[in-house]
Amino acid sequence: MAASPMEQFEIRPLIPLHLGGYDVSFTNQSLWMCIVVLAVSGFMIVATSRPRLVPGRMQSMAELSYEFVSGMINTTAGDEGLRFFPMIFTIFMFVATSNFFGLLPGSFTVTSQICVTLALTMLVILTVIVTGFLRHGIGFLKLFVPKAPFLMLFILVPLEFISFCTRPMSLSVRLFANMLAGHTMLKVMAGFVIALGATAITSKAYLAPLSIAPMALIVAVTGLEILVAFLQAYVFAILACIYIGEAIHLHDNH
Amino acid sequence: MAIDPTMIIAAKQIGAGISTIAFAGAGIGIGVVFGNYISGSLRNPGASQTQYTNLLLGFALCEAQGLFGLMIALILLYT
Repeated sequence: MAASPMEQFEIRPLIPLHLGGYDVSFTNQSLWMCIVVLAVSGFMIVATSRPRLVPGRMQSMAELSYEFVSGMINTTAGDEGLRFFPMIFTIFMFVATSNFFGLLPGSFTVTSQICVTLALTMLVILTVIVTGFLRHGIGFLKLFVPKAPFLMLFILVPLEFISFCTRPMSLSVRLFANMLAGHTMLKVMAGFVIALGATAITSKAYLAPLSIAPMALIVAVTGLEILVAFLQAYVFAILACIYIGEAIHLHDNH
Repeated sequence: MAIDPTMIIAAKQIGAGISTIAFAGAGIGIGVVFGNYISGSLRNPGASQTQYTNLLLGFALCEAQGLFGLMIALILLYT
């Protein structure tokens, strides 16, 4: 019997641990988070261990990702945003790598769990709030007051406030829902192949060539998922940049 | 008055079906994003490369709006 398409998101404890009434087991999710962190840091350490003036393959990949993220911060948050480069770069590499690792057959997608994406989002939002209040003091609340005619402010200020408050939800749910939807779609289509193949074996042999069609669809959708995996990491990082840039500049340059 | 549990399940499933209408909006949005990008880049091909990241950003933001509808469907079905 084919497994449910949602089974891949199930968290299973590998090493059961209980601490003070809380379940802190080492699960398959923890395992894949460790793998992702080790892969990213191992790659960056190896790539930058023997730097050359003319970079090799590894070093140019590392330099490419560095310049990609720094260019992204520069265009959205300006030069002052570069102080947040380590955080944005870490988030981008973590999200992108876990999205890509999730596409490996048999792996676990870390970013398809809302607790992970929500934790990353809270990191960004808390950075925005702390940065804003440290830089502007109470003047950070001007973020909610755009430049507009006075009467319009009665509508715009609540709107800006609601938009600010829903950011944690939209940022985390966007990444989580994209990963969840994509992987569910892949597994549902894989179910089509198996169902058609099973029917062909047991009774209707003429159906066998037909199962090539959902198989081809899986290949195409996997290609789309690779794009989405990169794109969602990019969108997550660039929105974090935009939010931090707003906290730095308020509405000055917009 | 107690509500029949099967009615609640039926209502949840109808609601989950209705919430997939969100994808119509996502489809329209993605069409607008790509259509305007192409018409803009045919008018001014020199600027098209600089706006490519904005195109991808707009695409991902639009797609996410549809997926929020999917979230509501999943919440209705699995809680």
